[in-house]
Amino acid sequence: MMEKSRRSFLRVAGIAAIGLGAAPAMNIASSDSQGIAIAVKTKNKEALTAHRWGMVIDTNKLNDEIVENIIKACHSSHNVPDFDHEVDEEKYPDTRPVNQKQEVKWIWDEHFHSAFPDKEDEFLAEKFKHLGFLVTCNHCKNAPCVQACPTQATFKREDGIVLMDFHRCIGCRFCMAACPFGSRSFNFRDPRPFIPETNADFPTRSKGVVEKCNLCAERLAKGKQPHCVEASQGAIVVGDLEDPESEVRVLLSENYSIRRKQSLGTEPSVYYVV
Amino acid sequence: MNKNYIILGLVIFVIAVLSPFWFNLVTTTQAAPEPELSAKAKEAKKCVLNKYEMRANHMSLLDEWRDSVVRDADRMYTAPNGHSFTMSLSTGENSCLGCHEDKAKFCDSCHDYASVDPYCWECHTNPKEIK
Repeated sequence: MMEKSRRSFLRVAGIAAIGLGAAPAMNIASSDSQGIAIAVKTKNKEALTAHRWGMVIDTNKLNDEIVENIIKACHSSHNVPDFDHEVDEEKYPDTRPVNQKQEVKWIWDEHFHSAFPDKEDEFLAEKFKHLGFLVTCNHCKNAPCVQACPTQATFKREDGIVLMDFHRCIGCRFCMAACPFGSRSFNFRDPRPFIPETNADFPTRSKGVVEKCNLCAERLAKGKQPHCVEASQGAIVVGDLEDPESEVRVLLSENYSIRRKQSLGTEPSVYYVV
Repeated sequence: MNKNYIILGLVIFVIAVLSPFWFNLVTTTQAAPEPELSAKAKEAKKCVLNKYEMRANHMSLLDEWRDSVVRDADRMYTAPNGHSFTMSLSTGENSCLGCHEDKAKFCDSCHDYASVDPYCWECHTNPKEIK
């Protein structure tokens, strides 16, 4: 019987290990040069992109009619429920009565003293007292809702949009407590009975999730401007805040603008030209 | 004496434990429904992945798509077979339901059989059902 020395055993074992290690490399080298086809995920070619999306609202160009059109365009296309809508009893029997405090809204108009409480003044210019200010999610640079969300359902996208993954929202409403602008609404009930006409191009929400403005991320991806911009007749402009040449930056450099509750340090991305 | 009782007990036990199998032998079981392809899907002859992979892994694929669309804003999926698809359940011609037009035959028949109840349609809408 052959006596194996420790040395010879180690030598054989070492050669075997090298052989085993080389096998995968040999396999790759011997397969065709194309390699395995891998699925690729890309943006649409026509998608609009920015480093940080922002919005400029020229309050001088807004009137009641335009404001109404904007709100309608936004809410109807995003399937935001309207609790004044009469429920179709046949389709949704036994719908319980509406509690108007549970309204859901993405964009709405607000009086100056509510939208800008820190800018209220005893001798405020007369025009501000009657002007309706369109308010929505500010897509803050330092968004407190993003920090509050325990599941990362609310997150900040690379291009600055504060977005929600409705799949992931557990309905804890921490974000609603964190948002200083009241931009978020909770679905206390199934919204579907209260959607006058469902837009098939956008999902509805389900009971128990929070929702808010998404800066029409679904439209930017298709190279289209947000609904509010289209309905605003030039009063709202959306663009890249980091690009000095962009339309929003030109507007901001030429006009005096204010932001909501600036002192809180959330750095809102929605500017109001007054 | 006790030996007979024990054997009898064991026989009864084995019969009882295997009762589902006996039950299946005497009753006819329904075969799993095949997802029925719409005319459009048959004509297209291409899916995102091959049909066995789709059957086994469509849920992980959809999960991956959701993260990609919502978080990275990447909405175009170019499959290993070279075809491109819009990563969407129900919006547009190039989405799942755009080709597989009949949700009842394509999604529901298998899900009902397998007794799974995904909550996709609590939010996503079937464009056919709206009109």
